[in-house]
Amino acid sequence: MSIHPVMQRLAEKLNRTDLPPFVAGDTVRVQVKIKEGDKERLQAFEGIVIARKNGAQGSFTVRKMSFGQGVERIFPFNSKVIDKVEKIRSARVRRAKLFYLRGLRGKAARLKEVERT
Amino acid sequence: MAVTGILGKKIGMTQVFDEKGEVHPITVLQAGPCVITQLKTAAKDGYDAAQIGLVEFVKASKVTKPQAGHFAKNNVPPVKLVKEVPVELRAAKKSGDGEEASNGVVKAGDKVLVDIFSDEKYVDVVGTSKGRGFAGVVRRHNFGGGPKSHGHMFQVQGSIGASSFPSRVFPGQRMPGHMGVDRVTVRNLRIRGIDLDENLIMVEGAVPGPRDGYVLISKAKAPPRERRGFAGSGTVDPLKASKKASGKKK
Repeated sequence: MSIHPVMQRLAEKLNRTDLPPFVAGDTVRVQVKIKEGDKERLQAFEGIVIARKNGAQGSFTVRKMSFGQGVERIFPFNSKVIDKVEKIRSARVRRAKLFYLRGLRGKAARLKEVERT
Repeated sequence: MAVTGILGKKIGMTQVFDEKGEVHPITVLQAGPCVITQLKTAAKDGYDAAQIGLVEFVKASKVTKPQAGHFAKNNVPPVKLVKEVPVELRAAKKSGDGEEASNGVVKAGDKVLVDIFSDEKYVDVVGTSKGRGFAGVVRRHNFGGGPKSHGHMFQVQGSIGASSFPSRVFPGQRMPGHMGVDRVTVRNLRIRGIDLDENLIMVEGAVPGPRDGYVLISKAKAPPRERRGFAGSGTVDPLKASKKASGKKK
């Protein structure tokens, strides 16, 4: 079912536009707002974007290795938790969803870096 | 502000984040624009109400002559849908002014826009539910259904009563039949946003009916009372607040 034109215009109004464009395979650093009592601080979550869902309720999945353990975090694009996203590097990938990386570790889980604007 | 309701259309659902960062499912409704096609007054009709019509493109040949005359009387364009909504009377009415003043600011031909809800927190929405056709008891009345294996039927009703006594089926026995396409009211949907440019109102939760289905949106008849710990009301416990204030001074 196609998107209702009214919904399309509404989504353009509601969606945040301050995030840089990135695709699956890019390594990003997501600054996550963390509330501790009354104070708020930022914590970085750095990893490879292995999936990206588009649309009004879009989200992206970041995977990283933490002390030998794979950790994945799903961020909705409009989430208030995200302070900002920095793109660190890009890699050449041949598919949109990199779920195969879950089964690989160490040298096998590397991606070939590529310059992309 | 005197008209308490507006006609609209269900557009679809999406989600929004609030200031706290929590996500809420919302239904987007296109409310109006509407016009008042006729005003009913206690003096003439026995009750106060406004007949409102949803302004949408209507082919001139589709308007019946009686309708066209009705619209022409108040110089309003042909409307898609007509419904009556109650009118909130202003306090001035009690002082017993002329009948003209009794309806406050509205008169026939006035526009009704979504801004009538700008001071409201909750709305009631009336829609027509999606048709399910001839539905069985499991879908229609939430019966449990039978065992899924051992040679049984899955969705049959089973027994509908005892034998020689009472020798009949009691009235009201729930059985398969037509389901859906009913008028359904959902009360106290929280308003999550109003878009005046596009005549949109966003309410939290689901609304009966298909997309592009017509709905009647009205001010909540019995909005939930604000209570302590209730989402939305600033939760300030006077005891805790005073403790906090005294603690800071130390």
